[in-house]
Amino acid sequence: MSLDTVATAKANPDASQPFAELGLKPDEYARIKEILGRRPTSSELAMYSVMWSEHCSYKSSKVHLKQFGDKAVKTDALLVGIGENAGVVDVGQGYAVTFKIESHNHPSFIEPYQGAATGVGGIVRDILTMGARPIAVMDPLRFGPADAPDTRRVLPGIVAGVGGYGNCLGLPNIGGEVVFDETYLGNPLVNALCVGVMKHSDIKLAKAAGAGNLVVLYGAKTGGDGIGGVSVLASETFESKGPAKRPAVQVGDPFVEKVLIECSLEIFAEDLVVGIQDLGGAGLSCATSELASGGSGGMKVQLEKVPVRDPSLSPEEILMSESQERMCAIVEPSKIARFLEICAKWDVTVNVIGEVTDGNHLEITWNGELIVDVPPRTVAHDGPVYNRPMAQPAYINEVAKQVINVPIPATADEIKVTVLKLAATPNLADKSWVTDQYDRYVQGNSIQAQPDDSGMVRIDEKTHLGVAIATDANANWSYLNPYEGARLALAEAARNIATAGAKPLAVTNCLNFGSPEDTGVMWQFAESVRGLADGCLEMGLPVTGGNVSFYNQTGAVAILPTPVIGVLGVIDDVRTRTPMSFDRAGLDLYLLGETEDHLAGSEWAYMHNQRGGVAPTANLQREMRLIDLLVAGRTKKIFTAAHDLSQGGLSATLTEMVLRHNTGATIQLDNVGMALLSETPGRVVVAIDPAQTAALTQEAVTQKIVLTKIGVTGGDSLVINDAKISLVELRKAHTETFAKLFG
Amino acid sequence: MKIGVVTFPGTLDDRDAARAVRHAGGEAVALWHNDADLHGVDAVILPGGFSYGDYLRCGAISRFSPVMEPIIKAAQSGMPLLGICNGFQVLAEAHLIPGALTRNHELHFLCRDQTICIENVNTAWTSSFSQGQEIVIPLKNGEGAYMCDDETLAMLEGEGRIIARYVGENPNGSRNLIAGVTNERGNIVGLMPHPEHAIDSLTGPSADGLGFFTSVLKSFISGGVK
Repeated sequence: MSLDTVATAKANPDASQPFAELGLKPDEYARIKEILGRRPTSSELAMYSVMWSEHCSYKSSKVHLKQFGDKAVKTDALLVGIGENAGVVDVGQGYAVTFKIESHNHPSFIEPYQGAATGVGGIVRDILTMGARPIAVMDPLRFGPADAPDTRRVLPGIVAGVGGYGNCLGLPNIGGEVVFDETYLGNPLVNALCVGVMKHSDIKLAKAAGAGNLVVLYGAKTGGDGIGGVSVLASETFESKGPAKRPAVQVGDPFVEKVLIECSLEIFAEDLVVGIQDLGGAGLSCATSELASGGSGGMKVQLEKVPVRDPSLSPEEILMSESQERMCAIVEPSKIARFLEICAKWDVTVNVIGEVTDGNHLEITWNGELIVDVPPRTVAHDGPVYNRPMAQPAYINEVAKQVINVPIPATADEIKVTVLKLAATPNLADKSWVTDQYDRYVQGNSIQAQPDDSGMVRIDEKTHLGVAIATDANANWSYLNPYEGARLALAEAARNIATAGAKPLAVTNCLNFGSPEDTGVMWQFAESVRGLADGCLEMGLPVTGGNVSFYNQTGAVAILPTPVIGVLGVIDDVRTRTPMSFDRAGLDLYLLGETEDHLAGSEWAYMHNQRGGVAPTANLQREMRLIDLLVAGRTKKIFTAAHDLSQGGLSATLTEMVLRHNTGATIQLDNVGMALLSETPGRVVVAIDPAQTAALTQEAVTQKIVLTKIGVTGGDSLVINDAKISLVELRKAHTETFAKLFG
Repeated sequence: MKIGVVTFPGTLDDRDAARAVRHAGGEAVALWHNDADLHGVDAVILPGGFSYGDYLRCGAISRFSPVMEPIIKAAQSGMPLLGICNGFQVLAEAHLIPGALTRNHELHFLCRDQTICIENVNTAWTSSFSQGQEIVIPLKNGEGAYMCDDETLAMLEGEGRIIARYVGENPNGSRNLIAGVTNERGNIVGLMPHPEHAIDSLTGPSADGLGFFTSVLKSFISGGVK
């Protein structure tokens, strides 16, 4: 194929171009022509097609995501907001923390190991790009039914990929989720969260400022992997027919990324960059156009200077390649020698590929011939914006009318069978088979990890300052009521860090939905965003960034709406955290919060194939008072342990508490069946020394939280009313499930 | 007393090992793989990680790093040398310790709190423990199954050179539940689990791991290794 230059495009304006194959709609193609005043060259077309894809441009979600800014609380804690690679919050003592979740769903279905591995790699580079040292990762994962044959292919591969990449980077994996539902069978969800820490003064931004500064590409060489990956990611659903997509999935090399991290941190420490951007989705197209539009707007790049693994790559392919482990930096000429020296120390491939210019043109040449000449903003930020039609789907009113009809245990035998069934069901069973494949100790700062309510890492060894993070989604509730579902997930994530005594500070999200071209899915999405934005405003928490993943469906069937919400909190002294369980007898157990008849969307209803009912309404004012109580209980040393109630209700919470340190409990409950199974939000079980009774009562009264004594700790059984379940039996039920399914 | 901690490309637990040295009261000195100078250290730790991405075989490339030359020389003359996890693999590749580390028998990475029994307290790295003491420290590796031929195994058993054994179920398929091995002289120790992640119960399962680092400091105060 001959080189399609800007001159050729002008000389041959009517050449037919494969815009549809690249995922562009006719009107989008027409708009590119209008912007440029001519047809795009093939390289320009490649750039626009990847940057205007759903994945990169957020064209279907933008109009809704605006609410996160419009409804935002004013807070000094937010140092960098939405729009950069990741948001940054002030956690005190001069430290800034950056965190973000991203999805890598579609590639992980095609190639579970590499899809999940590069999902971790991508989010870690986003965090590194802000100038931060990555300090931990978490992985909310969702799969088809645990006993489905394809889950046996997908789950072990994804878990090995998450571990294989994260372990090799030296990042502790401190939590996540493993959830099963049939709607994820042909479309598993792999969301990856990374958190990083830096000093305020070290924050880096993606901008190419200062004419004459150099554009430097460093890290792995560019290869043919992941070409068109962006289009696969976001613009197509999985159908049985159609060409195989395997070659489009990127292949990662965590060793190269580890070296890239250390090399970059050394470069940052010497303040050698003006701006920086990682190469992820849309590769160089994204990095060059975003850096240029983040700065003064002008940039010249000589594309033949990009180090390549495969010399036969065309310029279009180099622009679209999603080869992993690459970074693009803007460096002042006076600092380039030292920059190259540090790269040499770490054996990192590096080349100067261009320079920042005056004006607002991104010009890319290939051996001297001009192949791209575009205003970079039009590529990076002025993509199409769709206000897609939406309508409340018919099922919403139908499911609301359904009455949950499940067995409610009453006798000792029924209670025992129910508790054991819940302990063993895949969604609630012990996840050690998964989490034991992740390193949770590396870096030596992990305070909490799975199976705790949240992950917690120390960020200062002298002052003991730390951060806690939890991610949550309750897709069953979101299915019944997407607005409340998002608010409930937000409340749960916040509660999960508060049980340890950390104070919620900021929110990130990963919004996983079906096709935005489906009016019902679009409504689910809009309602979820509205719910999350309203919830964050009410709770006074800023949204620092996030990710949208559409087209998660198999044929016409969309996944359950799955907004994964991540909440980050700060704890001034990690040594004083409240653990999730107790290891001694003689403590009193209390339930904080009232239990109502909330079986809709519960695990028990799911186990009985009942998907209907009315989701609970989030009472965020009460949640905030509960959080205040939990934080005060930690600082005043009232609690010995605290553990959240969520999926599986009180039954699951008690199971996890007694098994954690092999210390039993004796529980007395009224209306025992509903007390064990209901999933009323806003509840926590706390263990206290009896001497703290007055202090606890005082806090509960102050915060107007209902307090009920439910039992005492001790013994080698979980005793609930007349039912006695030995810890040996309970542990067997809880731990055997995953080994049997996947071992 | 100065203890060198080597960083190869892909090393992960170097900061943790240095922190453990400091906790034990020693001075940690960073050693770079490409610098064939030990900078006057009295002992060396090869920490865990995935040096060179475990390409070829774990530890196979690092074993030829420039810094290994003076380390091997000094260790052969009695300098205390501890290889943890990937460091153990480097020791095996360098033939400073007999045997090899192979893929875990369940074929995936395993991270868990592991009870081990200290069986030889006469090495530079284990003298702070008591014979038969059981400790809990993290185990985390994909290739931790210790393998050797029958003859070597009989020799190691006969000479008491198995310094630590896994207690309970075999976590990775190691022969005779071997978690750690020493050389004839007792100055070089290869250990699969991670004592540097168990120096206080806030961040680790216990503080049991500290004993490995206090041992080596003690061996110098008491006048060096036998």
